[in-house]
Amino acid sequence: MSKICIVFDRLRSEEKLLEKQAIDLGHETKMVDAKITHFDTDSNKQNIDFGDVVLERCISYYRGLHFTACIEFLDIPIINKFSVSSLCGNKMLTSIILKKNNIPTPKTYFSFSADAALENIEKIGYPLIIKPVVGSWGRSVIPLKDRDTADAIIEQRGITDGPLDRIFYLQEVVDRPPRDIRVITVNDRPIAAMYRKSSGGFKTNVALGADPEICDITNEMEDLCTKASKAVGGGILGIDLMEDKKRGLMVHEINNTVEFKGLIKVSKTNIPKEMIEFALDSIRK
Amino acid sequence: MNCPECDAELNIPDDAAVGEIISCSDCGADFEISKKDGSTVEIKQAETVGEDWGE
Repeated sequence: MSKICIVFDRLRSEEKLLEKQAIDLGHETKMVDAKITHFDTDSNKQNIDFGDVVLERCISYYRGLHFTACIEFLDIPIINKFSVSSLCGNKMLTSIILKKNNIPTPKTYFSFSADAALENIEKIGYPLIIKPVVGSWGRSVIPLKDRDTADAIIEQRGITDGPLDRIFYLQEVVDRPPRDIRVITVNDRPIAAMYRKSSGGFKTNVALGADPEICDITNEMEDLCTKASKAVGGGILGIDLMEDKKRGLMVHEINNTVEFKGLIKVSKTNIPKEMIEFALDSIRK
Repeated sequence: MNCPECDAELNIPDDAAVGEIISCSDCGADFEISKKDGSTVEIKQAETVGEDWGE
């Protein structure tokens, strides 16, 4: 029997399903709220109990990332690894690593000041999509269709002026059906996939109301997702694909704390079981 | 238990766990279950959605 620790900052149905699955498989679990947990530079495996393996499931990206660093400091296996989360949590780093590994991905432009971004947009032409480099659920993902919109969005970035507001991530608009594909991979292997259909706008996030519909995993999808997973370092991932009408499948995002309450409704795969079994295998390695 | 915001009665399911969010059906305020010991439950104001929240 092993002890699986599930780290959360907001207990969602996914974390409860993972806990139940681990118990059903005969293992001990420990649920840890990251918000009330302390570490220090003398922390070690003997004086702090995180079980045999940790599943990091924080809803806050930076909280989860820094928590992961602390767990790796204790030499306890954690899913996902710090290196994986730091890549996947940042859209610019993800785009770069995908391209570097010859994985089809939308053409993306990077600028590092408001003036440079506007100059770049005018040079490339409209429409483009602007996305925050860190963020999820389609938040602040905005189509730029003309100069007025670009001016307004970029001016707004200057007002909020967070450190990442100075990084401008601009992406081509992919000619695709009004849906994308979410594939969950575990240990570089796709285990389930769904279409996420837009509920009206161009965004296809389930968190925004997109309808999940089962998607059969084709050989092309399997090959692409395996390559994408390996490129970022593996683990448990949510890989988002778009179907470009001319160029075929493209990977546009990889999520490192994948939500699956949408997919579980339509998939026959026992997703939490696959995740827990992978976590258990990680202890043995 | 009553809502700290509007004093309406909060409906806390028996199987609610620490870390879960409950919402007041009257005013919509969100609270996080911070402690649970049998039927004794403590709540605190839930965190608001952060810029870095998501998957």
